[in-house]
Amino acid sequence: MKPSTQHNRQQEKLVMEAGDIGRAVTRIAHEILERNKGVKDLALIGIRTGGVYLAHRLVRRIHDIEGVTVPIGELDITLYRDDLALRKEQPILRKTSVPFDISGKIVVLVDDVLFTGRTIRAAMDGLIDLGRPAEIQLAVLVDRGHRQLPIKATFIGKNIPTSREENIQVLLEEAGEDDRVVILKA
Amino acid sequence: MSLKRKDLLSLAPLSAEEIKLILETADSFKEVTGREIKKVPALRGRTVVNLFFEPSTRTRTSFELAAKRLSADVINFSPSSSSVVKGETLLDTARNIEAMQADIIVLRHSSAGAAETLARGVKSSVINAGDGWHEHPTQALLDLYTIRERGLPFEGLRVAIVGDVSHSRVARSNIYALAKLGAEVRVVGPPTMIPMGVDKLGAKVFYDLDEALRGVQVIMMLRLQLERQGRALFPTIREYARLYGLTSDRVKLAEAGAIVMHPGPINRGVEIAPEVADSLSSVILDQVANGVAVRMGILYLMSGAN
Repeated sequence: MKPSTQHNRQQEKLVMEAGDIGRAVTRIAHEILERNKGVKDLALIGIRTGGVYLAHRLVRRIHDIEGVTVPIGELDITLYRDDLALRKEQPILRKTSVPFDISGKIVVLVDDVLFTGRTIRAAMDGLIDLGRPAEIQLAVLVDRGHRQLPIKATFIGKNIPTSREENIQVLLEEAGEDDRVVILKA
Repeated sequence: MSLKRKDLLSLAPLSAEEIKLILETADSFKEVTGREIKKVPALRGRTVVNLFFEPSTRTRTSFELAAKRLSADVINFSPSSSSVVKGETLLDTARNIEAMQADIIVLRHSSAGAAETLARGVKSSVINAGDGWHEHPTQALLDLYTIRERGLPFEGLRVAIVGDVSHSRVARSNIYALAKLGAEVRVVGPPTMIPMGVDKLGAKVFYDLDEALRGVQVIMMLRLQLERQGRALFPTIREYARLYGLTSDRVKLAEAGAIVMHPGPINRGVEIAPEVADSLSSVILDQVANGVAVRMGILYLMSGAN
């Protein structure tokens, strides 16, 4: 257990444990393969930062199942946000890295939490600047509702109803945490 | 960490962290400039005005391309085509531009301190694109980016800046920034071209090029402003080239793998031998390419809402 997050524990409500996350990732990997009838033309692109970690886990799981490593990319959506003109200070940029041509590919965007849908809108714009995928699908670990755009996930780890004031956090080992999903009360 | 500044006038007041933030931000834009579609919507609806009172093709074009690749609207103002020739002051010109809702003004001016004066007088963000002999911060930042891209760490880096340091805003900005990042800066040139007190900025002074080049990892050449000939700074171009021109033999004095930089435009055969400018150690064209990415980063960071 990492000391940095310990003081928050009291206000946290645990909604997914490490085992739940692992099983959800395994199921999503199977669903991706089932829907796309295998790995042909398949590519995964994680949205920074949580989505990148999950995309890597999915790629490993797909490899366990099919014996094939599908191409993986990392997308920073900052430059496509719809609120840049409103912010006093510009958010820190992280690098986009998609080392393969996405044209003609079935791209599965991966993110940790689906909320308003604005991130996904930005991600789709960013993706289309890189090429013309045959199809874009969306995999998320948590769908917490409250969409502000007509966007729907293709693969969902868990639906977690929340109030708008609550904050959902997906904490992952790759970021130095114990794997878990928590709701933080405002 | 973010850049909490309205303007970018000089590298002197910037912290090492702020400089690193700019370089890291430029990384993202370097990726964008390598795409087939080299454009992102980040500055949609923003207006960038290039206000150039001195002729400049490369810096203006670089800023223009940077702004366009961020989807900003760009206007180029140059004195020959505006009311400046009719006697309008710098500040009045700028206020007119501001009244057209310019978010960022990029200024090139022959007077040191012009950018500072402008920044105090207008609400728009001001980026100094060279003011007299004072500073040229974006050029130094793209130089730093190019050094970093070659995998050279700044801490302890040995850099020789060669030529007319006195009249070089590029040199001044680089000395400030390199010293802050922990590099060892040497300046070398004829005594008439080395400014008094440059050692106080953290640079070591040399008058002999061969001596200055020994063991350096970066050779930064400055353009000899040929129009200064006859003003008692150097006797003849031939003599200058013999004493301070970078030849391939001299490059060998530097550490193996050292890079050669030049802000352009180069005088082939004067400060730099053609075979050096075209050699593998030359990163002159990388500097130009990186200029766009670095300026995109700066425009992005300065474009927070007012």
